[in-house]
Amino acid sequence: MSILIDKNTKVLTQGMTGKTGTFHTEQGIAYGTQMVGGITPGKGGTNWEGTLPDGSKVQRPLFNTVAEAREKTGANATVIYVPPKFCAAAIEEAIDAEIPLIVTITEGVPVLDMVRVKDKLARSKSRLIGPNCPGVLTPGQCKIGIMPGNIFSKGNIGVLSRSGTLTYEAVFQTTNEGLGQTTAVGIGGDPVKGTDFIDVLEMFLADDETKAIIMIGEIGGSGEEEAAQFLKDEAKRGRKKPMVGFIAGRTAPKGRTMGHAGAIVSGGKGDAESKIAAMESAGIVVSPSPARLGTTMTEVLKR
Amino acid sequence: MNIHEHQAKEVLKSFGAPVAKGVAITSLDQAQAAIDALPGPLWVVKSQIHAGGRGKGKFIEQEAGEKGGVRLGFSKEQALAHVKAMLGHHLVTAQTSAAGRQVNRIYIEDGADIEKELYCSLLVDRGSGKVAFVVSTEGGMDIEAVAHDTPERIMTLPIEPSTGVTDADAGKICDALKLSGEARTDMIGLSKILYKAFVEKDMAMLEINPLIVMKDGHVRVLDAKVSFDGNALFRHPDIVALRDKSEEDEKEIEASAWDLAYIALDGTIGCMVNGAGLAMATMDIIKLYGEEPANFCDVGGGAGKEKVAAAFKIIMKDPKVKGILVNIFGGIMKCDVIAEGVLAAVRETNLAVPLVVRLEGTNAELGKKIIRDSGLNVIPANDLDDAAQKIVAAIKGK
Repeated sequence: MSILIDKNTKVLTQGMTGKTGTFHTEQGIAYGTQMVGGITPGKGGTNWEGTLPDGSKVQRPLFNTVAEAREKTGANATVIYVPPKFCAAAIEEAIDAEIPLIVTITEGVPVLDMVRVKDKLARSKSRLIGPNCPGVLTPGQCKIGIMPGNIFSKGNIGVLSRSGTLTYEAVFQTTNEGLGQTTAVGIGGDPVKGTDFIDVLEMFLADDETKAIIMIGEIGGSGEEEAAQFLKDEAKRGRKKPMVGFIAGRTAPKGRTMGHAGAIVSGGKGDAESKIAAMESAGIVVSPSPARLGTTMTEVLKR
Repeated sequence: MNIHEHQAKEVLKSFGAPVAKGVAITSLDQAQAAIDALPGPLWVVKSQIHAGGRGKGKFIEQEAGEKGGVRLGFSKEQALAHVKAMLGHHLVTAQTSAAGRQVNRIYIEDGADIEKELYCSLLVDRGSGKVAFVVSTEGGMDIEAVAHDTPERIMTLPIEPSTGVTDADAGKICDALKLSGEARTDMIGLSKILYKAFVEKDMAMLEINPLIVMKDGHVRVLDAKVSFDGNALFRHPDIVALRDKSEEDEKEIEASAWDLAYIALDGTIGCMVNGAGLAMATMDIIKLYGEEPANFCDVGGGAGKEKVAAAFKIIMKDPKVKGILVNIFGGIMKCDVIAEGVLAAVRETNLAVPLVVRLEGTNAELGKKIIRDSGLNVIPANDLDDAAQKIVAAIKGK
């Protein structure tokens, strides 16, 4: 098993005809993902055309609305590359079309737009991953988003992270250690997002194939602390898996936004040390170096 | 994006919030007219810098005197003397570096008779994903200290986005602030005004500390600190116009023009990384091996050759930089493009400090080959541990 996505996932692309949407749709198709169509208002009825890395040409149908695309293609997921100004409207359209899984890659969505989206999401049938995230990937089955497929291998480590490139580090290192991954989920670096650590941890704990979990956090907010409390509570109920963790931003100055809109220590909250302490108290082995996530996991699994 | 106190008050006033009359000045010859425009008998003379803790701050220059960055003038002459003492001098507060910030503008405000000092702020509460009020009866103090020592005196109230501030919400805020009579009526109105201003102007933080109840029983915004969501500035040209670049680091301004996330720090090793998480982790690992990072720099996911070269040059402008670590994990970004950008910048800047480059991900082998074949003095690294150890060793001359 995997979580969130598998070989049966049918994916739409919102913002398909833009440069980023085109490139990553091509990459998704090359990986074997069922990319079934796209939405570009005004271009409905025409075809999107792409070129795969091997030079072969591909086409997919374009639609004017998400609802129409869903009806015609049977899609059960969508990935959004729409520019920040229009991104909230694109997510809201996908929610209205009742797409079960909405993955938003776009960085720079105004936070109050996300407050509005999250309110709508709470009363909907959809799950949102992101925004400002690298996406979700289940090795050998489905790739939604911008993660480089070539560093993955099928295995039994679940990976979840607030940071894109640190997700790649964890994936690459577990591949090199021969452990492989069940699914990797980037939840995104924004302060208000669709899915937090706890949601994904619940899925990984429930997934039989996932034997161990790597969780990567960073400064800002209290998602890591809440996740640690959740893991403690679950452990009392007898649900527990070996975990390795990492927190980025030990050296970040207070009050400054470190690239990700959500990565800021403010009001005396969200510093790295309190997150590390919370994670360690929940039994997570926190690596001091992001270069040792894979080797630490191998050691943990030998215990 | 941050703005000055007097600008924040203008914004809040435009929504109907009660603020005192005041005049901002940027030169000494404007001072007398500003003082004359206010009725007295009390003139509050306030340094305008983008940092908190001004009242308890201290000036570096001796002629500025012992007092802090906010001073009371009980006569026009005294107010003018305060302006002369502070303007152009460097104020050090708990939130500035030891070098302080130059006070380039001063706000002169009509004084108030204070009965009670309260605290009120609005922010986006990450847990609930909603805008929340944070209020406390302990005004005029460091709210972090209040939260630490007496957390029961702080109330956080998330607001439903679909309804905004309801009368019930406003009532809870007034209860927490222990307000009655006219002050309560004022605060019910003010709660709604503040929420409207926050949402309509895409604020990231709005802090009123203190919010005061005056001797006449009415409520007033005595200090105001506002910052805006940088991602929403595209819909607020009026707010963008308030930006004061003299308050920002020159390198950070240049970086923002290139859409680079760059933050100047105090260490010696310059970093250029893709991805915010990896960029923070790179800083952390430098520290782990015994050195300090000179900056945070995230070139982003889709940077081209020119952007990489620009980032490199900005890092090199910092005279504290004794070595550079380039750490790229190419997902969207192709390592050969990074390699070419770095080499172009090395040639153009005649780089004289050690440079360690770690490339991984898409086209990593091609990128490494381009660097190897360049004939330039670039130290390749295999992984992040290796890279950090090599740059630390290189600047120590080992």
